[in-house]
Amino acid sequence: MIRIENVSFRHGPTNILHDISLTIPKGGITALVGPNGAGKSSLLSLISRLQTLQEGSITIDGLPVDTTPNRQLAKVIAILRQDSIVASRLRVHELVGFGRFPHGRGRLTEEDRAIVGQSLQQFDLADLADRFIETLSGGQRQRALVAMAFCQGTDYLLLDEPLNNLDMYYARELMRSLRAIADEKGKTIVIVLHDINQAGAYADRIVAMKDGRLIADGAPAELLNTDILESVFGFRMPVEVVDGKPVALHFR
Amino acid sequence: MSAATVKRPSGTAAIASLGLAILFVLSLFVGVGDMPLGRLLSDADALELLLVSRLPRTLAAILAGAGLAIAGLIMQTLARNRYVEPSTAGTAQSAELGILLATLLWPSASLALKSLAAGAAALLGTSVFLMTAHRLPPTQPFLVPLFGLVYGGVIGAAVTFIGWQADLLQYLAVWTNGDFSGVLRGRYELLWIGALMVAVAWFIADRLTIMTLGRDASVGLGLDYARMMQLGLLIVSIVSALGVVVVGMIPFVGLVVPNIVSRLMGDNLRGTLPVVALSGAALVLGCDILGRLIRYPYEIPVGTVMGVVGGFLFLWLLFRRPSHA
Ligand SMILES: Nc1ncnc2c1ncn2[C@@H]1O[C@H](COP(=O)(O)OP(=O)(O)OP(=O)(O)O)[C@@H](O)[C@H]1O
Ligand SMILES: [Mg+2]
Repeated sequence: MIRIENVSFRHGPTNILHDISLTIPKGGITALVGPNGAGKSSLLSLISRLQTLQEGSITIDGLPVDTTPNRQLAKVIAILRQDSIVASRLRVHELVGFGRFPHGRGRLTEEDRAIVGQSLQQFDLADLADRFIETLSGGQRQRALVAMAFCQGTDYLLLDEPLNNLDMYYARELMRSLRAIADEKGKTIVIVLHDINQAGAYADRIVAMKDGRLIADGAPAELLNTDILESVFGFRMPVEVVDGKPVALHFR
Repeated sequence: MSAATVKRPSGTAAIASLGLAILFVLSLFVGVGDMPLGRLLSDADALELLLVSRLPRTLAAILAGAGLAIAGLIMQTLARNRYVEPSTAGTAQSAELGILLATLLWPSASLALKSLAAGAAALLGTSVFLMTAHRLPPTQPFLVPLFGLVYGGVIGAAVTFIGWQADLLQYLAVWTNGDFSGVLRGRYELLWIGALMVAVAWFIADRLTIMTLGRDASVGLGLDYARMMQLGLLIVSIVSALGVVVVGMIPFVGLVVPNIVSRLMGDNLRGTLPVVALSGAALVLGCDILGRLIRYPYEIPVGTVMGVVGGFLFLWLLFRRPSHA
């Protein structure tokens, strides 16, 4: 369980997060949505201790993120950042393999290699395994980064806009993979999405943020609603029910 | 380049080792003073020359070359910029300042103590460089080496000024231009500490590779980023200071060797670090041998030869498109 209590965060004089409290139970997919600059990435950075907590507390399975040793947290939570750049010349399987670092802190064991192989398979990277990252397309690179985070084998997985650069096919594939990982392995996934319908189709719960505050929280069926979406995104969009699922027509 | 040799790190490492072995043997038999192979065992003078001068000189070149190449590699990792190295970013100049001040204030200090002063100054100078480098906008990667050049230049100018005031310019030449001709048994052994640093670097190769992915990725994987930064700084400073004190500054090694190896093999340091060390050793030893041969029986200092050879290698690197293996 991730427990966030009264977290506020500021950059110099600007308040970025205002008194956020949120509990994310173990297992399942929580989608974080909201307009640009809402504070989604900031919240994920705080949960994953990439930013230092200023006010409030965050615990993951009872471990406070600000005092638990870094090494220990690396086995509990993995994060894919929104703007990950790989500047070094690494091959795909090498990059994904570094996901195993928290466990052996060095050479890969047979078991590690098996997990790396699985991750490559899971994200359809087996054919690209020997390619240098810099030679991949944007979407292929994004998949390699997701595979690396997955390879870390943590119970908690934070993904900041993992659908960036993915075509329709791979966006759907990724969401289905995540759904399978959550259902079969009991992983807890927090994912930032801009496509509200992907969130509606695959998440168990949607949390909406705006201006550094949580403004809506609920199951997709509750949240995909014209009035709520207007309060989050600032314009009215019709919501239709297709095959029993709500679909927002945000492009109209 | 053939894909087969490039893909297997062990293959490239074997080639580098073989090249180094050939240069090693060559180095023992090149130079002023006859040393025919046949007479080596019967002729006491020849054996003496080998043990007192040629072997120490050869080992010094190998140790210095390997150390400088690794120092460059680590510096590039810490600065997250491929175009910095100790001799162009203030590390070597700070070491010179350290040893100059030590010589001025405490003339009777031993070489080891002076090395310590040089090392401490190098650590300080490099820390300041890196702290500044990390504040420069990442969107303009060439600001980092540019800042390094200016920063190193300013410290170097201070060194020259103090040296000139104190009438120590002839000493300065010894430290600022690498030269192995003065290396004798008993005068180079400090360089073995550099070999130890290379071993440490190999031990932490995986962590260094992770550091090239940036602070956030490192922390995410459970690495103590600040601690690793300090360790890397320490290695760079020690190796560079020892180089400056024992043989003098040798430019370009730390720049071109890691870049060429990265082009050929990538940046997974577990595999490439030994190749960088071996190639650095071979390059410096090769340049030293060249310096002994060009104007035989006179010698050209290795720093000068490397300035030319390394400069051309660097230009070649800049103008040749990276190959996508
Ligand atoms: N380093 C920084 N310095 C100052 N302000 C910052 C910094 N990083 C983020 N901010 C501000 O914090 C606010 C929240 O940013 P954040 O990246 O968390 O938004 P986000 O919800 O992830 O947006 P997006 O959908 O565009 O990724 C923004 O207004 C942004 O301008
Ligand atoms: Mg964001």
